[in-house]
Amino acid sequence: MRVAVVRFPGSNCEPEACRAVERAGGEAVYAWHRDTELPQVDAVVLPGGFSYGDYLRSGAIARFSPIMEAIRRHAAEGGPVLGICNGFQILCEAGLLPGALVRNAALKYLSRPVDVRIERTDTPFTSAYRPGEVIRIPIGHGDGRYVAPEALLDELEARQQIVLRYAGEATGDPSPNPNGSLRDIAAVCNPQGNVVGMMPHPERLADPVLGSDAGHRVFVSLVSSLVRGER
Amino acid sequence: MSWRVHIRILPRAGLLDPQGQAVEHALAALRFPDASNVHVGKAIALDVAAPSAEEAERRVRTMCERLLANPVTEDFEIAVEPGARA
Repeated sequence: MRVAVVRFPGSNCEPEACRAVERAGGEAVYAWHRDTELPQVDAVVLPGGFSYGDYLRSGAIARFSPIMEAIRRHAAEGGPVLGICNGFQILCEAGLLPGALVRNAALKYLSRPVDVRIERTDTPFTSAYRPGEVIRIPIGHGDGRYVAPEALLDELEARQQIVLRYAGEATGDPSPNPNGSLRDIAAVCNPQGNVVGMMPHPERLADPVLGSDAGHRVFVSLVSSLVRGER
Repeated sequence: MSWRVHIRILPRAGLLDPQGQAVEHALAALRFPDASNVHVGKAIALDVAAPSAEEAERRVRTMCERLLANPVTEDFEIAVEPGARA
């Protein structure tokens, strides 16, 4: 099971993403943003970072990278694609996911653990979690406030395209929705469910040596969905 | 012909603009309570070669729709003036 981790100029979470894939039993290979084809892979991860220095808008320039056409084809064929943080922003800018991510409501860069609830477990990235389970994983972003027109938000709810929601109320987080995302949205998927974008970083907490591996099952979900041949 | 084009991009009306709010509060603290509805956006200026001002505006509108502005979160206005930047 091979997973491509795409490097853009300014990506900075790609080693963690590879490590998380490998700890879950997959093989990770890098893909370069200027490549026009993906290597032989079963899935694609767009890692976090600051592609093109976040110039213009986060993800706005990376979405025109040559590799994006190959990723678009892979997604259209049902191949799993995960965008983490900057990867999520790129997928929204590219129109592969609905909505947009704008400056945090408090105008601050946030780097801390957050509690998120797993709203959907039938995606290739969440199947190893229990429905409604709350996990604590880190965020690290300045532009993480998820926005979309009200009508689109209603559609996303109706089609169950919301994959994770910020859910710190139960644990007493004084700021349970850290960035002001509409309807507490932390992750969404496309209507088919094979393309998922999330602001939190599961790859940063995927090894028990860090005190928790709450993000590990994102990658376990992926590898087992590939083993089951769900695509 | 060359045209100087100014693009003004503002957060989509109705969308929370925390930067505009923060600036509005700061203005109020500086005793400018008469300032309201503050929004912070960005300005982009560029030269475009086009046969007419209308064509220049059409080209820049396409640039805005494809790259310069995000249709989900931003509104934009375009102003075209003759001549490139000196």
